[in-house]
Amino acid sequence: MEHRFELPAAYKKWTMGLVIAGLAALVYGIIAYHPFTAPVHHVAGEAAHGATHSEGTRFWAVLLQNCTYWLLVVNAAMFFLCVTTMAHGGWQIAFRRVTEAISSAVPLLGIIAFIIFIALVALHRTDIYHWLDKDAVAADKILKNKSGFLNPYFFLIGSALTIFLWWILGKKMRTLSLQTDNKAMDYEETKGWIWKNTVWASLFTVVFGLTVASTTPWLWLMSIDAHWYSTMFSWYTFASTFVSGMALIALYVMWMKGKGELEYVSDEHIHDIGKFMFAFSIFWTYVWFSQYMLIWYSNQPEETRYFVDRIGTAEKAGPYKAIFFLNLILNFVAPLLILMKKATKRNYSTLSLMAIVIIFGHWLDFYQMVMPGTVRDHAGMSFFEFGIAALFIGIMMWSIGRYLISHPTTAKNHPFLKESIIHHT
Amino acid sequence: MAGGVKKFVVGSFDDEAVLFPAVKNVRKQGYKIHDVYTPFPVHGLDHAMGLRETSLHTAGFIYAITGTCTALGFITWIFTKDWPLNIGGKPYFALPAWIPITFELTVLFSAVGMVLTFCYLCNLAPFVKKHHFHPRATDDLFVMAIECTDKTDDSAVQNFLQNAGAKEVNVQIAETGWWIGRYDKEQKLYKDEQGY
Repeated sequence: MEHRFELPAAYKKWTMGLVIAGLAALVYGIIAYHPFTAPVHHVAGEAAHGATHSEGTRFWAVLLQNCTYWLLVVNAAMFFLCVTTMAHGGWQIAFRRVTEAISSAVPLLGIIAFIIFIALVALHRTDIYHWLDKDAVAADKILKNKSGFLNPYFFLIGSALTIFLWWILGKKMRTLSLQTDNKAMDYEETKGWIWKNTVWASLFTVVFGLTVASTTPWLWLMSIDAHWYSTMFSWYTFASTFVSGMALIALYVMWMKGKGELEYVSDEHIHDIGKFMFAFSIFWTYVWFSQYMLIWYSNQPEETRYFVDRIGTAEKAGPYKAIFFLNLILNFVAPLLILMKKATKRNYSTLSLMAIVIIFGHWLDFYQMVMPGTVRDHAGMSFFEFGIAALFIGIMMWSIGRYLISHPTTAKNHPFLKESIIHHT
Repeated sequence: MAGGVKKFVVGSFDDEAVLFPAVKNVRKQGYKIHDVYTPFPVHGLDHAMGLRETSLHTAGFIYAITGTCTALGFITWIFTKDWPLNIGGKPYFALPAWIPITFELTVLFSAVGMVLTFCYLCNLAPFVKKHHFHPRATDDLFVMAIECTDKTDDSAVQNFLQNAGAKEVNVQIAETGWWIGRYDKEQKLYKDEQGY
């Protein structure tokens, strides 16, 4: 019997604890927030009527925020894997199984997300997606023009197709990798195997580009503010989830290393993952700011609406002003200053801390993408929000843990493994 | 003209795999390596030689901060104090519009500053000359120069380098620092060198 990684008891306990806490929050939400009663119709720009009515909205908004965020984060791990495969990169092979394990959470989180989307459409949650309201769309020129895209059928079929393609293409990449465990390949086999990897990785990347980098964030998140649009939005969402994905990879690699696994991972690999976290934090800021500045500069009312809902105007501060700027501090200023030095990227404690800051920061980023357009000024940040996040983290940890214990943690027959062993930054 | 004239034992190696253990052994023996000249950057050689981490990054950070402050300070002064302009009804203190320029100046200051600092640290400037221990150090040889003191037995060092795998070993009396001007003699072309 080959060596297999065994999940430490603490990991299992945490997974169970998070899932149970999350389920408790979910049940509390179902009982206390009446999510299945019909939503209150709101007119854009007008506050919802009273806190009691907006609680169902809060329930669905929190679910939407978490299901999209965690799904996109674990899917980013597969993107990282495919891009490095296409580049014929060798340095990541030492921890490649960890990225595979993270991406193996896509099917489960994808199904959960899709169930939530079906529920939103079936329950006619016009408070989340204004464009679900047929009468409102018919009376609204802008929404009418967008209705070829923003309609329940396109939304559901598009989402289903997207999640399905991520699932099967990711599955194919993982299967290819696991094939190598049984026996070493000779030269010709290796060539064929690398070629197959390249082809499937490029297919995934193309699908990823057409979904995460364009249509998916439009459908799932940008359509909350149905009148508003931004061509930077998908890039911004992609940057957000990719940097969180890298942070998650960093956390798992360091944790596994601490448990005595991943024998070939050295400080050099950790350093390079840290560089990815640093670089993509800057990239996130770049797209975040590009979106903000262009809208601020051109000052078109239909575009500035999005930011007025968040930070408010010069006369009156918006309800999300603090979160909006905290977002910038957690996701830009902190990584910029703390991850700049080589020593912090090679230090397990600082890098773990920054990974957690980044994952939390971008979760908060998604929070301020979803909440202003749905619950408006009745948003909460209490045990319900954190409970649902815990539920998703628990499910994700369960999925990842299951993959880690069922397969060898090092792809020892990968042809580029030596490149990874001698990797030097 | 820092440094002054000193005596060096110079060993030339034609293989990295020989150079690394040689560097290690020379240091273990207690000889002082003046420098190792290589035709291309050799990964890990700085660690093998025991060089400290460069502070160029820190200098870069300071230049960058200077650039940020210069840009923000200067634009703020112009647009709020010296010459306020109403541009599209925007506030005079229009921070978002200044970010790209602040970014550019940050990059410009750090880039130019680091290049100049790098040149200063490496004694690189027009007309500045340094002694070349071996002309083939820019072509295909790894050249290690060991600095001698009055107590150093240079023949022992030569033997040591020979045993460590050096292809050529010689003793040179040379200026350690830089000078402005010309080399003592005309440099020979490679094809005129012995053994070409």
